[in-house]
Amino acid sequence: MTEYVIRRILLFIPTLIIITMITFLVCRLAPGDPTEMKIGQTQEAQKTDSKNLMNEQAKEFYKKKFGLDKPLYVQYFLWIGNMLQGDFGNSFKDDRPVIDKIFERLPVTISISLLSFLLIYTVAIPIGIYSAARQYSLLDRTTTVILFVLYSLPNFWVATLAIVFLCNVEYLKIFPTAGIRSENFDSLSFIGQVKDRFMHLFLPVTISSLTSFAFLSRQMRSSMLEVIRQDYIRTAKAKGLSERKVVMKHALRNSLIPIITLVGGLLPAMIGGSVIIETIFSIPGIGQLAFQAILDRDYPLIMAELVLASVLTVVGILLVDILYSFVDPRIAFTKKSA
Amino acid sequence: MKKTDQKEKSVNTEISDAAGNGLSKSQLESQKEVGVSYSSLVKHQFKKNKLAMISMYIVIVLIVIAITADFLANSKPLYAVYNGETYFPVIKDYFNEIGISKWEPNMININWKELDNQNKLESVLWTPVPYGPSEIDLANNLKSPGGDHYLGTDAIGRDLLAGLIHGSRVSLSVGFVAAGIALLIGIVMGSLAGFYGGKVDLIIMRFVEIMVTLPVFFLIITIVAIYGSSIWYIMAAIGITSWTGDAKLIRGEVLKVRSMEYITAASSIGLPNRQIIFRHVIPNAIAPVLVSGAFAIAGAILTEAALSFLGFGVSATVVTWGSLLNEARGASNAWWLAIFPGMMIFIAVVTYNLIGEGLRDALDPRLRD
Repeated sequence: MTEYVIRRILLFIPTLIIITMITFLVCRLAPGDPTEMKIGQTQEAQKTDSKNLMNEQAKEFYKKKFGLDKPLYVQYFLWIGNMLQGDFGNSFKDDRPVIDKIFERLPVTISISLLSFLLIYTVAIPIGIYSAARQYSLLDRTTTVILFVLYSLPNFWVATLAIVFLCNVEYLKIFPTAGIRSENFDSLSFIGQVKDRFMHLFLPVTISSLTSFAFLSRQMRSSMLEVIRQDYIRTAKAKGLSERKVVMKHALRNSLIPIITLVGGLLPAMIGGSVIIETIFSIPGIGQLAFQAILDRDYPLIMAELVLASVLTVVGILLVDILYSFVDPRIAFTKKSA
Repeated sequence: MKKTDQKEKSVNTEISDAAGNGLSKSQLESQKEVGVSYSSLVKHQFKKNKLAMISMYIVIVLIVIAITADFLANSKPLYAVYNGETYFPVIKDYFNEIGISKWEPNMININWKELDNQNKLESVLWTPVPYGPSEIDLANNLKSPGGDHYLGTDAIGRDLLAGLIHGSRVSLSVGFVAAGIALLIGIVMGSLAGFYGGKVDLIIMRFVEIMVTLPVFFLIITIVAIYGSSIWYIMAAIGITSWTGDAKLIRGEVLKVRSMEYITAASSIGLPNRQIIFRHVIPNAIAPVLVSGAFAIAGAILTEAALSFLGFGVSATVVTWGSLLNEARGASNAWWLAIFPGMMIFIAVVTYNLIGEGLRDALDPRLRD
């Protein structure tokens, strides 16, 4: 077991190295000098005659400051070295440590993710089980159609519809348009605060869950259907167990195995947040930070987010593999190739 | 499951072999119900799936709309008689673009609509939607559907229907090209990994892992934002980041096919590996890839729409479904901007998904009767 885990981790090292290289090159080979952005900002502040001279000086200053005056490979190793020590550099935009900017956004994104996680698993799985146990019933057929539609609905369309029709004085104003709290949040009573939070988070949480909800439910249904056809289920039925017992006790456990694979993908999504949903609903989370970083060409921040997301995915994949072996003893570690 | 799969396949090949060996016609006819060839069997099975067939027709209609967009919505008339001369402005524009002909200098900036309004045109035939996709008309901004503008206008007075018609071009071409790139890379990588195994497999699977690990959507936005929003970058970025599923799929298929006797036979008569892979392995392993091809088109259309929705689309001047939908966020009472562009994206995505599911079911021997 330990040997297997170590082997997997070692195999991930070259993967991560190449990922950091891709990230580095995408950001560093970009046309346009990142210092230009900085100069642009300074220019606004001081419109003097000696602009050119100032420009040159400023350019030199920022090049030195961000290490852009060194050859590319030196920059790469410096970046990697700093990262390994937990230093992701400072933001081009406001010169604050990138890691601080990410950490202060984490709570919002994680709480939204946890809520949608809860929603997905407590509702989607029972739906999947039920429609599999009653295959071809009216309920099964309607949920299948609805889930298919949900799965194909672009979440940014649903979000736009919600903003236009449910958060708009022209039509219906049920939910607030943006943010995660009202301006008068602090003056509200406790119940008022809870209600305020609920109203702000309801749309982002439900809409960001839609696709995974539908996906998980469909997955659960098909995996349940597969298991129900097995011999041991027939045996269980033949010995006179109630259908409830057969489904909940014999079929459920085995049909949950494929669902575990999906947990791995949730980890990066949970911490990475959704760029689209957070941008549409103006939620100050990681996704919006990433979006803003791209708009600002804030390369240290972009690079940090890309690398962090990749590392989280790696951890997710690893977790799934380990979980898998726990629930399904048929999977042998030694035989499995990466 | 796998056993029945192979059995059916072998039955089918036996039958087609028999057909090839010159059986009498009546004998062939009697076997028709079993299915003469694999592809006709799949076709037959697909045709029975009503939803998939409807989706197929919708997709064909969308493709026709995309191709004929200039004849459906244009700011110039199809045919006009002015000062005794006959013009075909839409077609003339085409020739202009290719460089075959040129507008006369006095005709370049002619405003056909004004002429028509002043009744100076002796005869005129407009396109069904007499507006171009980027024809700005500030006097008529945010008009609700109905009247001259069938689906209304946006904040700068561009006709929504014209935008949707021309937007289908970007969506469908990005869908096809990006999915094509993904399939091509996926097929090559997957078959190499499956056929050679060993070190080649290990290295290619590392590449797959890298792509799976990278936050793809974020990376695509970054690339498009930094390197410029040309349609080619978008196609390439989507294609290069979404081939892993195809590669894994075809790798598995190739592994299955590789152990078949006809591959051993091919290599025993001394065929070079390249020929074995492209002539014998890939054609036999490709069927499931078609399924993922349909899903890949849906995915690429969705990604492109999301990109232009976020403002990283093809270019600010080109109207796309995503950019039109984005306008709904700024125009508080324009429900048509929120509904119609999103509907188009949804229809395009759903139809390709349904075709994909139909193909998958048609290829699945367990679902055959």
